[in-house]
Amino acid sequence: MSQLEIKNLNAGIAGQSILKDFSLTVPKGEVHALMGPNGTGKSTLAKVLAGHEDYEVESGSVLMDGEEILGKEPDEVARDGLFLAFQYPLEIPGVSIANFIRAALQARQEDGEKFDAPAYYRRLYEKMNILQIDKKFSARSVNEGFSGGEKKRCEILQMSMLEPSYCVMDETDSGLDIDALKIVANGVNLMRGPDRGILVITHYQRLLDYIVPDKVHVMYEGRIVHSGEKELALELEEKGYDWVRDELATTAS
Amino acid sequence: MNTEATAVQTAPGVGDSASFERHLSLSALPESWKNWKKEYWEKYEELPFPRTRDEHWRFASRIDFDLSGFQLAEDASDDTIEEVLSRSNLVAERSGQIVFVDNQLVSEEAIPEELAARGVVFLPLAEAVTKHPELVERYLFQESTDLGSDKFHALHNAYSESGYLLYVPDNVEIDAPFAVYHWHAAPGAALFPHILVVGGRNSRFSVVDAQQSLFEDRTGFSCAVGNVFAEDGAKIYRRTIQNFNNRMVSFQLDTNNVDRDTAVRGINLNLGSRRARFENEVRINGAGADVKLYSLTVAENDQEFDQRTLQIHNAPNAVSDLLYKNALMDHSRTIFSGLIKVAKDAQQTDAYQTNRNLLLNDTAQANSLPGLEIEANDVKCSHGATTGQLDRDELFYFLQRGIPKRIAQQLMVFGFFEEVIEQFDNEELEENLRGLIQAKFEKKQLDAVTPKMETT
Repeated sequence: MSQLEIKNLNAGIAGQSILKDFSLTVPKGEVHALMGPNGTGKSTLAKVLAGHEDYEVESGSVLMDGEEILGKEPDEVARDGLFLAFQYPLEIPGVSIANFIRAALQARQEDGEKFDAPAYYRRLYEKMNILQIDKKFSARSVNEGFSGGEKKRCEILQMSMLEPSYCVMDETDSGLDIDALKIVANGVNLMRGPDRGILVITHYQRLLDYIVPDKVHVMYEGRIVHSGEKELALELEEKGYDWVRDELATTAS
Repeated sequence: MNTEATAVQTAPGVGDSASFERHLSLSALPESWKNWKKEYWEKYEELPFPRTRDEHWRFASRIDFDLSGFQLAEDASDDTIEEVLSRSNLVAERSGQIVFVDNQLVSEEAIPEELAARGVVFLPLAEAVTKHPELVERYLFQESTDLGSDKFHALHNAYSESGYLLYVPDNVEIDAPFAVYHWHAAPGAALFPHILVVGGRNSRFSVVDAQQSLFEDRTGFSCAVGNVFAEDGAKIYRRTIQNFNNRMVSFQLDTNNVDRDTAVRGINLNLGSRRARFENEVRINGAGADVKLYSLTVAENDQEFDQRTLQIHNAPNAVSDLLYKNALMDHSRTIFSGLIKVAKDAQQTDAYQTNRNLLLNDTAQANSLPGLEIEANDVKCSHGATTGQLDRDELFYFLQRGIPKRIAQQLMVFGFFEEVIEQFDNEELEENLRGLIQAKFEKKQLDAVTPKMETT
């Protein structure tokens, strides 16, 4: 039950099918990597899980700790414990990071429960310290004018403040130099634990040098075509995605 | 109790000559001023009412010019005065405060002695005219409007006796703002607030004008005129809050004359009035001037906010930058019409004008008419207008963090406001203004986010 279980998911956008009978299970306590070439449906999966209204689900189910999340409003899915780290985090002018995260935490409180602001700021600054984000950033508008690396660190900051049960990290390594990559990976590694399942979506293997996965899945044309241990990522890196395509072609013929 | 209300209802409106004659006969002002009044009244009667096909009135489809329901109010009751004084509380830390109710002066807080000793004048006009006739002679009623409301400008000058003169002499710098409240209280009251702000050479100071209604359900009319004179090197920060009730018709006709190396800021928050017309003209007459104009308007129900601006560069090396933001709900309307004029000799001008409209309901309507007239050949000028809805991708980002839609929308809308609010540059005032805006959003259902993009 303590798992994110995606079963035979068929979904797409604007009448185009993208996910085809996609199945994957991420148990709590594990980090899974989902790899695949561009355009294979990785980001679509992330958006569908998060309940984005543009995406159409044809069939299938997604159970989070046994409960169906397909069809729920995105904010409800989020409060239930699913966090999506965006590939392209949005810029929100005029809303400070501190107020943004505060609103997200307050949305998780019981009615009438008091918000402990001093404790909140203590915790926020602690996490910012770990992610090497300057304290002053908390007063800046969310992601506005941030570099690629700062945006990704801001995503991890939100993730660590909200403590979700399941994290889906969409191309978190894109746009990061090696130093930023290490900081982000460290932030993610600190969040690993028995109460959390993490799905790392990536195109490249290099992120997995720093966030070592328990399982690696290879996605191609809307479904998983290979699953294995962490060594699979290295094999993929070595042989390239053409290997997957050629192998599929061979199987089909 | 009803007799007074009936009497008010049947009295002639301020557009009627009987009303003006009565006003003149009761006025205690010096003869010279009374003669001005007569001249302006004649001018008022000569000038035609604007027509919506006039260039300066394009798109102003909802306003009408019926003044018959508006009269000069009788003196306010003690209860009313007590109430307005208790609510005149936007700025606690200040250099002085004057409060008017329906043109009547009800409170005048003396300025600190050291400021008075240095020649600072902050007085109701009627008092300034006897104590500082030279200043009044020099600055009062020296201005006209070029933006379409000359008839109302004449009406203002014919009636206005309430208002104030703020004069800060050369080299005097003052941190805490001066605060003035122009309250509307009586049913059908006509207000004519006059705002006269003069900064001597290298002076520095700020002033806050708040226009508010004591009661939510009473009609009224306000025609305010504000004239700013910034002499060489003066730094003047003028903040105006128009928060009348939604039954008012209001005009605010402003000019800013700025000389060499001045820094003038004008910031307006517009929340109230059924119909609100705001004309703002900047005349840069000295090189090196730096003028920034900001405005934030939040429109709801059937409100119509009509904003006309003119940035005139007559001198070189000056900067003017204008940002007007409007957020529209329900079936409200806004009009922004702005013109930048750069004279032939005003080389090296930097002049910008931006109008951003946020449509929060599908039934709201924003109109934008930006314009440039440039005769100099070495300038940087731009104007831009955007009208949009809340960004749906941004909304999804909020939702994915677990923030409910209604709260997400509010945060996004306030994020849109923040760019202007923070320009008030006074934390206490900013917090108070956020509170005023928040009140407009209670119980609102916002439905407008950008439509779903067609995937190609």
